[in-house]
Parts: sequence; C-alpha cells; structure tokens
Amino acid sequence: MKTLFTRSLVVASLVLSGGALADTALLNVSYDVTRDFYKDYNPAFQKYWKAKTGENITLQQSHGGSSKQAMSVASGLSADVITMNQAPDIDLLAERGGLVPTDWQKRLPNNASPFVSSMVFIVRKGNPKAIKDWNDLVKPGLQVILPNPKTSGNGRYTYLAAWGQAQKAGGEAKAREYVGKLFANVPVLDAGGRAATTTFMQRNMGDVLVSFENEAEMVAREFGRGSFEVIYPSSSILAENPVSVVDKVVDKKGTRKAAEAYLNFLWSPEGQEIAAQNYLRPRDSKVLAKYAQQFPPVKLFTVEEVFGSWKKAMDTHFKDGGTFDQVYARK
Amino acid sequence: MRFKQHSVLPGFGLGLGYTLFWLCLIVLLPLAALLMKSASLSAEAFWAIVSTDRVVAALKLSFGASLLAASLNAFFGFLVAWVLVRYPFPGKRLVDALVDLPFALPTAVAGISLTTLYAPNGWFGQYLVPLGINVAFTPLGILVALTFISLPFVVRTVQPVLEDLEAELEEAATCLGATRWQIFSRVLFPAVLPALLTGFTLAFARATGEFGSVIFIAGNIPMVSEIAPLLIIGKLEQFDFLGATAIAVVMLVISFVMLFAINLIQWWSSRRHGMTR
Repeated sequence: MKTLFTRSLVVASLVLSGGALADTALLNVSYDVTRDFYKDYNPAFQKYWKAKTGENITLQQSHGGSSKQAMSVASGLSADVITMNQAPDIDLLAERGGLVPTDWQKRLPNNASPFVSSMVFIVRKGNPKAIKDWNDLVKPGLQVILPNPKTSGNGRYTYLAAWGQAQKAGGEAKAREYVGKLFANVPVLDAGGRAATTTFMQRNMGDVLVSFENEAEMVAREFGRGSFEVIYPSSSILAENPVSVVDKVVDKKGTRKAAEAYLNFLWSPEGQEIAAQNYLRPRDSKVLAKYAQQFPPVKLFTVEEVFGSWKKAMDTHFKDGGTFDQVYARK
Repeated sequence: MRFKQHSVLPGFGLGLGYTLFWLCLIVLLPLAALLMKSASLSAEAFWAIVSTDRVVAALKLSFGASLLAASLNAFFGFLVAWVLVRYPFPGKRLVDALVDLPFALPTAVAGISLTTLYAPNGWFGQYLVPLGINVAFTPLGILVALTFISLPFVVRTVQPVLEDLEAELEEAATCLGATRWQIFSRVLFPAVLPALLTGFTLAFARATGEFGSVIFIAGNIPMVSEIAPLLIIGKLEQFDFLGATAIAVVMLVISFVMLFAINLIQWWSSRRHGMTR
C-alpha cells in the first residue's frame, strides 16, 4: 500500500515537473528518517551544481520504510540514486535484475556510507532506573521498548548491537542468553522505529527506548530536551547508511554524471556538516572534531567484524527459525 | 449448447460477458498470480513454512479474533440497526451517519486513536489498567480494533431488510395470538437472519485482512499478539516473497472455506424458512 502510494506520488510529481523538461531531474529513493537531512542537503547540492555547470537540477525525494523502498526500486521505480540504512537493501538491487553491480560498496569511500549512526538508550528524565549499559537492560522487571527486527532496520541494528556486545564480552552462548533475556523484557514490539518512539514517549510505556542516535535528536526536537536523557552504552554497533547510483536507471536516463556528483557531494565538507547538524556522525575527521561535543566517543563495532557479513547476519539471526525466532520459540 | 431461453430483460449476453471479464480482471487475476507464485514451492517447503509454531499461533489469533469480533458485531450491530429502524429519536440521522465512520476513517488513524485511548496513560486505560484489564498491546486490543472496523458491515446489511419488513406481518401474527417474543423469534428474526449472516460474513472477512489499525494496538509480540498479516509483512521486509505468499495462500484458503460454509448456512436457513430471494 505504502509503495503504491509513494509510487503514485512519484508519478504525480514527475507529471507536475514535466514543464521543466530541459533540466536534469534526479529521483532519490530513501528511507524514513532521512527526510530532514535531504531537505537540507538538496538545496545545497542544487546551488553547488548550478555554480559548477550552470545547469539547474530538479531533485525529487521518495521516503518510506527502508526495505519497502528497496523493493519498489527492484520492481521498477526508476530511482537514480538509492540511499538506505543497511547494505542488504542495496544488495537486493544487485541480486534482482542487476540494477547495481555486486561490488557497489567499493565504488565510494567508507563502504559507500557517507555518515554513520549508532544505537543509544533513551531513558526517562533523571534516569530513575539507573540504566548505564547493556547489562542493565536485562534486569528482571525492566521494560525495554524497541522495534521488531523482522520489520525494521532500526530493530535489526538494535538486535545486532545487543548480540555483538554480549558476544564480545562472553562468546556466542552468552550472546544468545543475553538476547533472550532482553526480548523477555520487551512488552511491545512495534513494526517500525518511529512507532517505537511513539510508544515510549507518548504512551509512556517502558523504562528505556533503544534507537538511533539521530532519532534521539528527533525526540529532542519534538518533545523538548528536558523530557528525557540519552545514555551512551560502553560499546555499540556502527550503523552505516550506504548509498549508490542505480546503474541501469541512470544509463537509461543519461543522468549518471549528475547522480554521481550528487552522491560525491555527500562527502564534501559542506555535505558532512549538514549530516552532523542532523546528528548523523560524519566520516570527515575535521567535521567530526568540530561537532565533537554532540558525538561522545563510543566503541563502535561493524556488522562485518562481529557477524562476518550482512548476509551471514541475516541468515543466522533473522531468517525463519533463526536466533531471533528461537528467542520466542523456546517459550 | 446454446441458451435458448430468453430473459425478459435485454442485454443478458453482454451483461454476463462484462461481469465475468470484470471479475477476472479485478479478483481472479491477482489471486491466480498469488497461487502461481506459491506453486513454485514444493509441498514440503510450503508445509514447513506454514506449520511453524509462530505461523500457526498467528493464524489462530487472526481468525479467532476475527470470528469473535464478527460475532460481537452480529449482536450489537443488529441492535444498532434495530434501534435505528424501529424507534424515532432526536439526532437519529447523526447516529446513522456515525455508523459509517469506521468505513471512512483510514485504518491507521483508527488504530492510533484506539491505542491512545486504551494505553496505560490513555483516557480509558488509566482506569482499566489498575483493575488489571490491559487492552492496549494485548490480544484484547486486537479484538477492540477489529470490532471497531467491522461494525458498519452488519448494520448496513441488516438495516435495509428491517426497513422492508411489512408491518402487516406483525399485525397478522398479533391477530393470530402470538406474543411479542414469538413475533420477534418466529416472524422477524428468520426474515432478517440471511442479511445478518451476510453482515457477519463481511465483517469477518474484513477483520481477517485488517492490518493498519491492528499493528498499533496489538503490541505484536510473537506467539501472543502477532497477527498473520504482520507475519506476511515481516517476510516481505526480508525479501522472502515465497514465505509471504505461502502464508497468504493459507489465509486465502481458510477464508474461502469459512465464507463458503457461511454461505451454505445462509442458503439452508433461507430455504428452511421458505424464503427464496
């Protein structure tokens, strides 16, 4: 339904923009929470492109659940660039119809991920349950709010972060035990990250919400900075935000040059600053240093370090009968 | 073989042709595509997907809650229709219009409103939770949401039939010495029963497929409050198209069997009461 809706929106916007045929138009298909980032980034790129080539460029955005968006592109939505929050969503385009080459992640610096985020804890004001680190989340009686790893990228990163830190501390058996205890403390398993935020902030459910660092900033803007506290765990997962040009589409539309420039500009100091302002951790060390106070240092581990690869992580943990299903099956 | 018999009404051939074409295009084609997709699974693989504890629990919950919601609505919807048809009262038109609201409201809006009401800090929730009645984020919440969205189906199917019932029937029954209860149970109810069954069926069918409102209020805990449509979405999110199709096919088959059974009952009841429609 949502994809149909976004698609019809895209069609509508294409029809509406038909008047400006002379301009190059790029469609950026992205996930839900980058809306604010690209709202700031697109005008900056338009200005840059105008100065560099003298051309006007039209930028269209499509936002929705990450995997749903990827599916729309795989089934024909003509996106010039795709900007997601986990690599499997772009891998899908390589597997289905070869829309991008399989080595798409090597074409741009930093694993094709211009900025990263991490999982943090959001607790009630004053931290009444004294939550400091991962081990506090599995205390009996505590309620943890996080979204369903099966239906949301946010939940998937949370699960992998929880598993990863436990495995690093005590091996795989400990990780399995930890994750089991963690999910026993989850009273509501929302379908998406935003829904989990609503459950925690508006319904006042639970003692701690696990979410992206940048989502914590959204909570601050929406509900006021005094209403909660952000706790940084001692270690967490590095959540990459990979991007790619959709080769088959840009070659057909003749927009490759502009599309590549659009993505490369993400790594420019200006692009990195916009990311930092939206609480996405920039890759540029100078920009990161400038915004150091809003990004406390956290020991971050990557999916590849702990799980080998995204594909392995997906197969072992989220497939039917995988470790996540076992958590609930044992009951 | 040719249809020799001509109807009084013209345009039978064209009419039937369009009907079949339209049904094929809108209903049969998507369903056929679904079945074809699932046909690429072997029987064992199909069974392995649909017989896992989680899928079975979700199917039980989806169909159980839907049946319960449809039954609740069969009773209360009938009551609403009865009151709306039989008694004049101020604001009747307004109440009549209210009945359709669950139709018009986007289901997500319905889900969020219900959750806001029944959450532990909500208007109802703050009084219910201390009593130990948890509605939001439990299977009970699913029942509330399904009852809400499927109410209009019963009211709107029963209402016109009640309106068409002739007063003479009741008068005749009274003259023959029937008590009020006898008039209701022997004269009125049998006449309304087929429509009530249709309403029940529609409400049930609508409830089984409901997704938008339920996910907000359900809590979505596997094995406890996870509905089958959510499992389908979950599988799609992992690009497991075949797994999603398998569950969809099972839902389709169960729905079809149930709808067919209800239709049989309906046919039987209208024959028994000598009403041919």
